[in-house]
Amino acid sequence: MLFRQAKWEEPIVFELSSFSKQTLLIDEEFANEASEALKRIPESLVRSSELKIPNLSEVEVVRHYNRLSQMSYGVDVGPVPLGSCTMKYNPKICEELASDPRVTELHPYQDEEEAQGILEIMYLMQRWLSEITGMDECSLQPPAGAAGEFVGALIIRKYHHDRGLNNKNEMIVPEAAHGSNPASSAMAGFKVVKIPTAPSGETDIEALKSVLSDNTAGLMLTNPNTLGIFESGIVEISDLIHEKSALMYYDGANLNGILGIVRPGDMGFDIVHLNLHKTFAAPHGGGGPGAGAVCVRKELIDYLPVPLVGFDGRSYKLRYDLSRTIGRVSWFYGNIVPIVKSFIYIAALGPALREVAEVSVLNTNYLMSKLRRMRGISLPYGENRWRKHEFVVSFENLLKETGVSAEDVAKALLDRGLHAPTIYFPLIVKEAHMIEVTETETKENIDRLAKAYEEIIELAYRDPQVVKSSPVNTSVKRLDVLVANHPRTLAPTYEHLRRLKSQEV
Amino acid sequence: MPHNWIPNSSPDIKKELMKELGISDVLELFNDVPTEIIFNRDLSIGFGKPLTEYEVRRLFNELISKNRLSNVPSFIGGGVCQHYVPSVVKAILSRPEFYTAYTPYQAEIAQGLLQALFEYQSLIANLYGVKVVNASMYNGSTASAEAVLMAARVKKKKKILVSGYAHPEIIEVMKSWGFGAGLDIVKVQVDLKSGETDLSDLRSKLDKDTAAVFIQTPNFFGVVESALKEVIEETHKFDALSIVYSNPLSLGIFESPGSLGADIVVGDVQGLGVSLNYGGPSAGILGINDEKELLRQLPGRLIGATRTLGSDELGFTMILQTREQHIKREKATSNITTNSSLEAVGAAVYLTLLGSQGLKKLGEAILGRTHYLVKRLLNTSVAEPLFPESLYFREVSIRFHGKKASQVIKLLSSRGVSIGPALSKFYEELSECSLACVTELHTRKDIDFLMTVLEEVLEGV
Repeated sequence: MLFRQAKWEEPIVFELSSFSKQTLLIDEEFANEASEALKRIPESLVRSSELKIPNLSEVEVVRHYNRLSQMSYGVDVGPVPLGSCTMKYNPKICEELASDPRVTELHPYQDEEEAQGILEIMYLMQRWLSEITGMDECSLQPPAGAAGEFVGALIIRKYHHDRGLNNKNEMIVPEAAHGSNPASSAMAGFKVVKIPTAPSGETDIEALKSVLSDNTAGLMLTNPNTLGIFESGIVEISDLIHEKSALMYYDGANLNGILGIVRPGDMGFDIVHLNLHKTFAAPHGGGGPGAGAVCVRKELIDYLPVPLVGFDGRSYKLRYDLSRTIGRVSWFYGNIVPIVKSFIYIAALGPALREVAEVSVLNTNYLMSKLRRMRGISLPYGENRWRKHEFVVSFENLLKETGVSAEDVAKALLDRGLHAPTIYFPLIVKEAHMIEVTETETKENIDRLAKAYEEIIELAYRDPQVVKSSPVNTSVKRLDVLVANHPRTLAPTYEHLRRLKSQEV
Repeated sequence: MPHNWIPNSSPDIKKELMKELGISDVLELFNDVPTEIIFNRDLSIGFGKPLTEYEVRRLFNELISKNRLSNVPSFIGGGVCQHYVPSVVKAILSRPEFYTAYTPYQAEIAQGLLQALFEYQSLIANLYGVKVVNASMYNGSTASAEAVLMAARVKKKKKILVSGYAHPEIIEVMKSWGFGAGLDIVKVQVDLKSGETDLSDLRSKLDKDTAAVFIQTPNFFGVVESALKEVIEETHKFDALSIVYSNPLSLGIFESPGSLGADIVVGDVQGLGVSLNYGGPSAGILGINDEKELLRQLPGRLIGATRTLGSDELGFTMILQTREQHIKREKATSNITTNSSLEAVGAAVYLTLLGSQGLKKLGEAILGRTHYLVKRLLNTSVAEPLFPESLYFREVSIRFHGKKASQVIKLLSSRGVSIGPALSKFYEELSECSLACVTELHTRKDIDFLMTVLEEVLEGV
């Protein structure tokens, strides 16, 4: 498939406005009142610094941003096999229904009687997510997955605190975990204790035993883990943690591969966070908004952030009556629009949600089976183990033999109209590609991806320089990351860029 | 159960894929899951079976029609208000290249998204008068929490002074987020006559242990903090950082907080082309005025301009990622990964559509309406502005004479007018008080209608 991305040399928006003097029309119905009120503004508070927002006509704005969109790439354009990100295709019906004005125009402080529809949706989501995770109650307030992790860590902190166990200040996190796990733990005030991965690709249980102590507050784990391998010793792990009166925290980022087949609650977890945008079909929006949720066992319900949505048999109400709540973690009730999209998705699939896990795992292993046979690629950890939602390959041999790195391969994939996988993660695998095709890719596309890898590797052995000089079919060629990050050339705004340009002249 | 959202779910395709793996049942791929934890019934979710698209549409319509919107634009305030979302913003954000993209880790294939976010950073930095703004936080409340955490890290102090009339839910979020870091959040009293932060109380609480002073203007009660410059100057006398939360829609007419000396600025883009969404999603603004001390402590994603290798072509990429959790792990500035990119792009589109002239006019349109509402309230005997002498913007705190606000709100609602929230929700002693908000959506007729109904309701007609 021929791929050529649009290249517009599109000016930065500030450079568009040299001739145009247009702005969006605003009514002047209250001009008299405005001029009266303006006189009452203290002199120091009247805007005197220059407002550098370009004044453009509507057509200029539309063309500018449409051209920018053409220099972007999303799942609706082609596969995005980013491991741990679960970049599945999102059904259009979810998008359309969630943009109903009865969702988007609803004010969070509207009387609950006038918001019964949305509250019922939220209530059903609390029930459905509890069933999916094997937990007893969920809060939809966290505005993203990482915020959900933070909520979980705060619950663990407060739970031990309320029992007078203030010595419990250590959170155990595998070395291969998502970076947000240690960061969330640290934000909640925990010391992070790392444990390694065994050659089997699973958590090293002996290493876990050696770090367990009375100070252990909890373990943060995702299962399947970031290598895509299911932690088969999970029941033993959870027994070990519970023996220390510590809590089991489930990172839900990888839930897609086990939906309806095994539930975190049945594995022994006490707290679960979900990334609704990964698992339940809300698009990622170029990096957000997503939506989180935190689900807990019965004993921990009182710790959830408020409010929850309750039902008294007659109407739905926001519940603030949780005696030990960790408080609010965000204003209002969470990222409602992605929550609604996820609701429509689950409502439409129902029990067929299990098919998501089955096919995403089948797709993953199908692609892995093709890739692992290729020269220059190795599959570290867990020889002969099936992967679940994703798998991680290493290009260490390719680099040694040809000088072509994991990043070079990633850039060469871009040239073939395929988004690259997650690279250089997890940190325990050298020259890593972490690949997740999800259940929404066709066999043809998976074959195309395998073929692209094959071509790139063949080219790497034949003519490595060609691979190293990719991409060439994207809007721009390879970018200079050093210049981007160097203190003297750092340019996070147009002002910085202008200053740099004027220095050059 | 083959489903058209899952292309490889049909039995013959599955069979083909399984052939490659040498298995005859998909469940063999789960043979490493201990049998005792395998879930062996159907999930009790949804409506018992997969629904067709027309079934799910109908079901959703039945549910969502239980929400009721008033005919007159909503007067409910409390940090977010009903504003107009231009069709252009909706059209641009419906471009799948934007809304189905992921975080632009592969910069070369995501130049358009990166440039749009770079433009967002540049526009907001100029609007707030600061050097650097990140590519967004979740919303105004979490941006505020991250701002006080950042201040505490930079100053290596734990005490944070917060104006007593900052949004109460923002203060709650700050407390929850500050729990792990051991932040000491101390409220500064408010002058009950003006509704503004009490400068003498601020002076008495500021000391060498103070990391930052957080002030919101216009504040939760709608009152413009007229002594903002003095608050910032007082803060700096004690080597503390000044954090100012402001409404971006006000900054076409009011001086930017950065120009007044704020070290950290925060806000929320709701209203800049972002709908109410029952409280979310929106995008949180977080910016800094100092590029030495604060830049490396700034949480969240940052986009920067650069050039291509070996030639001099302009391009954009994520920068300073070494601060972020995927590299720094437990030493990161924050755990944030997903932010609110799409809403940030929407805000950039909206600002570009407005232009500097439009933003100024929009600010005046809202200010004029606020002034009109205040005048009407000053001229009625049934209610009054809670702070009659003060300058309000967009939201007005109101005292009803001798009537409970919760009751008044219900009565108004039955007449098709939405106002709120009742302030007793947050301040028990203010049982007769409520907020009302006016935006560009409200005509003179709408505000007159509000006043007529209010008078009728309060006079018990």
